[in-house]
Amino acid sequence: MAPFFKMGYFGEQTSFIIALVLGVSFGFWLERAGFGDSTKLAAQFYFKDNTVIKVMFTAILVAMLGIMYLTLFGWLDINMIYINPTFIWAQVVGGLILGVGFVIGGYCPGTSIVGAATGRIDGMVFVLGALFGMFVFGEIFPGIDTLFMAGDMGSIRLPEFFNLSTGVIGLLVVFMAIGMFLGIDWLEKKFAKEEAK
Amino acid sequence: MKEKKYWPPYLAGIGLGVTLLLAFVIMGRGLGASGALMRFDVWILNFLMPEHTASNPYFSRYIENPLSNWLVFELIGVIIGGFLSGALAGRLKLKIGKGPNISSKMRLIMAFTGGAIMGIGARMARGCTSGLALTGGASLALGGWAFMFAVFGGAYALAYFVRKLWI
Repeated sequence: MAPFFKMGYFGEQTSFIIALVLGVSFGFWLERAGFGDSTKLAAQFYFKDNTVIKVMFTAILVAMLGIMYLTLFGWLDINMIYINPTFIWAQVVGGLILGVGFVIGGYCPGTSIVGAATGRIDGMVFVLGALFGMFVFGEIFPGIDTLFMAGDMGSIRLPEFFNLSTGVIGLLVVFMAIGMFLGIDWLEKKFAKEEAK
Repeated sequence: MKEKKYWPPYLAGIGLGVTLLLAFVIMGRGLGASGALMRFDVWILNFLMPEHTASNPYFSRYIENPLSNWLVFELIGVIIGGFLSGALAGRLKLKIGKGPNISSKMRLIMAFTGGAIMGIGARMARGCTSGLALTGGASLALGGWAFMFAVFGGAYALAYFVRKLWI
């Protein structure tokens, strides 16, 4: 029965080796997708390249459906999985700030590491910037801790929030993702046509 | 060696999704990136100014063995995996990725600035695109989804005004 680590099948030392292996796979796929290149990532925000949205939502669908499938058959205990705690206002504000940083800097933290690892100097500088930003956050933390704690809702998941079954939420997410895949390709073509005029 | 093409987005998405699913099944948790950077930050700060770091209410959360952590090992793996994939595809090259209408110097200033803004945002949100949007998205965490829409909202809203950086 999964999750194996929380069932006590192995200890912390082994978990660090697993972390390394999963990280290698994570970094490999990020680079394969083209996420080591800031110009490719930024192109998403100008309707010129939809790789970011396609990769991200495909990954979410695969992992989400996998978790649902394994839970349904009793192979995975969902209650033992770490669910990110929701601090809704902190996360909405943090997300907006992060989005602004994304379009100015051209990377997010994980992709900047991949960019740096493949020799992108802008990726290396971005990592330094991120380290500096986190230092600034710690320095100003005493003044912004109210916002940091704002909207504490615990480890709440979408099915509980919308009072729908996990299956219905899963189906809605699948429909939304497919709609988005079709929509962004349509937008890309539309913008390409307008530019050609 | 000639640079090979990137793999198709849906294929890369499946590879990433399976990796994420394995993390949930084996470890009972998702993937991440910014948490490890924070720990590296605290490790450096603890060298430079130990008293100040220990007395800071945020840094002190990470001060005990900051590098002996699952996410730190995972991020070392990301560096290795990214490097391997780049090497196999002939994409290892020392260069600055930038739009056609911006100088290299300006691009690097903007990379640092964007990185700093993102560092603040990631700490405020308790995660980044990996640890919160991807991981929280797949596990259907409300905060993960709210965060994801906010990220795209913020980026698309500002994109027009900084278009000189990229197009």
